[in-house]
Amino acid sequence: MGKIKSLEDLKKKKQDLQKKVDLRERADQAEAYVQIKVGMATSGIASGAKEIYDFLVENLDKRNVEAVVTQAGDMGYSFAEPTIEVTKPGEEPVVFGYVTKEKADEIIEKYIKRGELVDGILPQNYRTIDEE
Amino acid sequence: MHLLVCGGTGCRASASDSITESLKERLQEHNLQDEVQVVMTGCFGFCEKGPIVKVLPDNTFYTEVSPEDTREIVEEHLVKGRQVDRLLYQAPEGGRVKDSKHMDFYKKQIRIALRNCGFIDPESIDEYIARDGYFALGTALNEMEPRQVIDQIKESGLRGRGGGGFPAGLKWEFASKNEADQKYVVCNADEGDPGAFMDRSILEGDPHAVLEAMAICGYATGADKGLIYIRAEYPLAIKRLKIAIEQAREYGMLGESIFDSPFNFDIQLRYGAGAFVCGEETALIHSMEGERGEPTFKPPFPAESGYLGKPTNVNNVETYANVPVIINKGADWFSQIGTEKSTGTKVFALAGKVNNVGLIEVPMGTTLREVIFEIGGGIKGGKKFKAVQTGGPSGGCLTEEHLDTPIDFDNLLAVGSMMGSGGMIVLDEDDCMVSVAKFFLEFTVEESCGKCAPCRVGNKRMYELLERITQGKAEKKDLQRLNNMCHVIADTSLCGLGQTAPSPVLSTMKNFWNEYVAHVEDQRCPAGSCKDLMRYEIIPENCVGCTACARKCPVGAITGERKQVHEIDQDKCIKCGACLEACKFDAVTIK
Ligand SMILES: Cc1cc2nc3c(=O)[nH]c(=O)nc-3n(C[C@H](O)[C@H](O)[C@H](O)COP(=O)(O)O)c2cc1C
Ligand code: SF4
Repeated sequence: MGKIKSLEDLKKKKQDLQKKVDLRERADQAEAYVQIKVGMATSGIASGAKEIYDFLVENLDKRNVEAVVTQAGDMGYSFAEPTIEVTKPGEEPVVFGYVTKEKADEIIEKYIKRGELVDGILPQNYRTIDEE
Repeated sequence: MHLLVCGGTGCRASASDSITESLKERLQEHNLQDEVQVVMTGCFGFCEKGPIVKVLPDNTFYTEVSPEDTREIVEEHLVKGRQVDRLLYQAPEGGRVKDSKHMDFYKKQIRIALRNCGFIDPESIDEYIARDGYFALGTALNEMEPRQVIDQIKESGLRGRGGGGFPAGLKWEFASKNEADQKYVVCNADEGDPGAFMDRSILEGDPHAVLEAMAICGYATGADKGLIYIRAEYPLAIKRLKIAIEQAREYGMLGESIFDSPFNFDIQLRYGAGAFVCGEETALIHSMEGERGEPTFKPPFPAESGYLGKPTNVNNVETYANVPVIINKGADWFSQIGTEKSTGTKVFALAGKVNNVGLIEVPMGTTLREVIFEIGGGIKGGKKFKAVQTGGPSGGCLTEEHLDTPIDFDNLLAVGSMMGSGGMIVLDEDDCMVSVAKFFLEFTVEESCGKCAPCRVGNKRMYELLERITQGKAEKKDLQRLNNMCHVIADTSLCGLGQTAPSPVLSTMKNFWNEYVAHVEDQRCPAGSCKDLMRYEIIPENCVGCTACARKCPVGAITGERKQVHEIDQDKCIKCGACLEACKFDAVTIK
């Protein structure tokens, strides 16, 4: 690697390297980002939660949505797996059920990016993960 | 996902290398090596429960992890998304805590000096740069005059974290104003207080921060050579510093024409043999020059005549670690944290009888109560809080009534202790305050360089007096003598070591006078810890004459007929406690 000659060089370098610690910085201040929890209990995995998780991680990144995607255990909605819980900064969490890749795509584009409502929201009569 | 494994000295001693290896292997087995990054970082601070593994982005915080646990972490958490409950932190009250955001230990902390500790791989300059590393140096060199850099540091209010609390900007200004053909920047990494490991953790967790700050200081003061004086007993910190220096040279962050400016700067390491007095700045400089590590009279201060007689700026590791942040975020941002006269944060090594022993960083002005009872999780084993010792061998013991004192340089001095470098030892009802004073004095006597008589002889005499007190052999007038000696030693010693050596005695005499009196007048240790003053006695009402104790006593100090009340001969008793253990009728007590 060559020497860094100027602040410009350093800035470029930092941009290239940013990815290395992005995820850590977001985790540190998770409240400031869109947080998505993917239910991954056994029933979740069986119903394809892992694919949804991978899809979300990959596509949020591609579409420049700054989000923290985490796996969660049983979210208490086993009838509607796979489920994901989306919390936008400063807003109440919303849980979506029966999430497919198409649905996940819609959630990113409509709910997260544009703030429009999307079908498939589960009623909040169950505990959210944080209240365990 | 990222797995952060603590690679500080504490955790490495207990296997973080093999945890990292084994995590990587397990990930390979599940073909997750590209998705999950394993990073060995610096210290997380929560040393009580190390080794720590933190899973991101969910902030799951696994404690006391062993290499055998890695299979479960990978198979359960990473593959199936289920936390491994049994490895989660168990709060003293209540259940297991699922992530670090919910741990009281971290709630009140603000991390500036420790910003990258436990966050980046300290052996990677790239990760440092990704966290805005070397931006402060670039900004200083390209956009600021040396004068402006000094002004920023002055305005930030940053004070030396090595003990004295001298304003760093003012010190830089002195060094910059002294004209010379050669100047030096020195980092004091001697860290000799018993139990202290703040500086070691910074160097192990974020070595580039210190290198960057030293270069900034070089630019501001007009020095092109930097020296880090580090004790040879810190092999891991030394290794990481060496790697960091190498990488910084490779990237052109050290060397010639840094950032294409006319500024040159390079850094070398110097090793100390671990004498406490070598942390004193004049002694440190002599030691680097190859002379005996003894202090000399100030003035001249190092800023005027330091290393090889040239103007030298000496700052502590933690002081430097704050500098890049101040340049990046501005003096205003920094000075809003903390109190008016003590800005920013302070790192403490919390030790003793608290539940959460470890490394913490809190804003100045946080109260002792918050540190001990919230971050520290209260006193171990539900015992009663008695005192907290701050400032190490130069500091004092504070009591219940000081718990709500906001911690800063001036407040601690006002109540008879000092900030020191950040040692904080919590004491409970079982600790004898005379013995605590004796412990620190023993350290001072051991570490005195012997150059001047008040410190060499005076502290020895004081130590002997304290020993007599703990043995119940002292008289009332000895307390007066002790008090007088404190003042003479403080007033006539040459360097800070001697001048502050009486502080632990003075502060315990002031705050725990009754305890001294009890030792002297009643030959009694109220905490029940001074062995020589303990008396094992038999309670006649409870004794049934079973002879169990008499048979167990190794020196035959217990006499009595079968089925008759027994008695302990105090002259023969060696206070081993065998009788207390042997008695099934609660008939033996300690007085
Ligand atoms: C006996 C004695 C021991 C000291 N040990 C240290 C030490 O281990 N580390 C340190 O940074 N400063 C130590 N100091 C303080 C230094 O003399 C000096 O004030 C300090 O390095 C200046 O840096 P600062 O202004 O950034 O705190 C010690 C002072 C005395 C009197
Ligand atoms: S005060 Fe003690 S340590 Fe300092 S110079 Fe004198 S003898 Fe040495």
